[in-house]
Amino acid sequence: MSTTRRQFLKIAGLAAFGLGTSSALDAAEAVAKDMPGAKYDVGGKHLAAKRWAMVIDTRKLESREDYDRIIHACHSVHNVPSIPTKQEIKWIWTDKYDRVFTDDMSQHLSPAVREKDYLLLCNHCENPPCVRVCPTKATFKRADGIVVMDYHRCIGCRFCMAGCPYGARSFNFGDPRPYLKDVNPAFPTRMRGVVEKCTFCSERLEVGLLPACVEASNGAILFGDLDDPNSPVRKALAENFSIRRKPSIGTQPGVYYIV
Amino acid sequence: MYNGKYIIPGIVIFVGLFTFPFWSNLLTPKYERPQLAMPADQKECIEPAEYMRAEHMHILDVWRDQALREGKRAYVASNGKVWDISLQNTCMKCHANKADFCDKCHNSNSVSPYCWDCHVAPRGNQ
Repeated sequence: MSTTRRQFLKIAGLAAFGLGTSSALDAAEAVAKDMPGAKYDVGGKHLAAKRWAMVIDTRKLESREDYDRIIHACHSVHNVPSIPTKQEIKWIWTDKYDRVFTDDMSQHLSPAVREKDYLLLCNHCENPPCVRVCPTKATFKRADGIVVMDYHRCIGCRFCMAGCPYGARSFNFGDPRPYLKDVNPAFPTRMRGVVEKCTFCSERLEVGLLPACVEASNGAILFGDLDDPNSPVRKALAENFSIRRKPSIGTQPGVYYIV
Repeated sequence: MYNGKYIIPGIVIFVGLFTFPFWSNLLTPKYERPQLAMPADQKECIEPAEYMRAEHMHILDVWRDQALREGKRAYVASNGKVWDISLQNTCMKCHANKADFCDKCHNSNSVSPYCWDCHVAPRGNQ
């Protein structure tokens, strides 16, 4: 049987296709592999909750030293630089009542409440606008309600800063390292061009520690599971009148204030 | 041949230039695997050295996602040993000499990962 030109071209085409796919399969096999037998696990010491939340008892925080001690505890653990300009980075900071509880319409508030400083931090919302606007999923909400960032993935677009109704996010306009006096070698810094914010100390919860601000507050800040009626936060909320920041916008913040 | 006196030298020059990568490679010294500073007090890494050499970036990539997104901060190695997932607190505890471990190999292979823009290099270096 003699081969026609048509048959020859068909076979040649098939052969070329076969050669091409086999090399593609080889390439696919060369892709990085996990070590067989290796597994990932939650650490033995980690603290778990359905919904982490914080209660700040503002009655127990009075002097500037109280606030500074808490702020210093957080910022030193997380390598937050102190930049003295408008390009400041803050994870936890203070402000006055009218800038904090902007929904409050009371004209004649007690001067003590109005003049007081209030601790502010990321509210770890139930419906976080920053997560919704992040184009790269660098900001995401974990199953336990904590809103965290993957700085590897942040492209510095600052949509989240525009989205956050609480001003809880800061942008690194420059390299933060020159502004860090003592670097905590156990925690990373950030680089130029990423946004950063409070993490509810998710990295500390995973090794069995409470957040740094809670530890430094001498009992003025409570932390626990909002879904557990026996947790310290639920008990404090059951016994006291508490408010949250901007409740009308529906973000359901996870930080409560006892005033 | 017409214009041979132009064409033949031209061909010679062209072939010389075209094969530049080959003969320049023959003239330059051969690539040698850099001598890395291994941790003095540890015999083996979390996984066999061959695997670590080829896949350490893959492991770091998966570690980041597991720790950050899944909340799984314990790595159970193929030999059953458990490690904390942390570049700064696990890897660099042993490999404290970044300049003679990470950098040496990365430099000779012309790769410049930007881990240390954020992660803090071990102090054992300075």
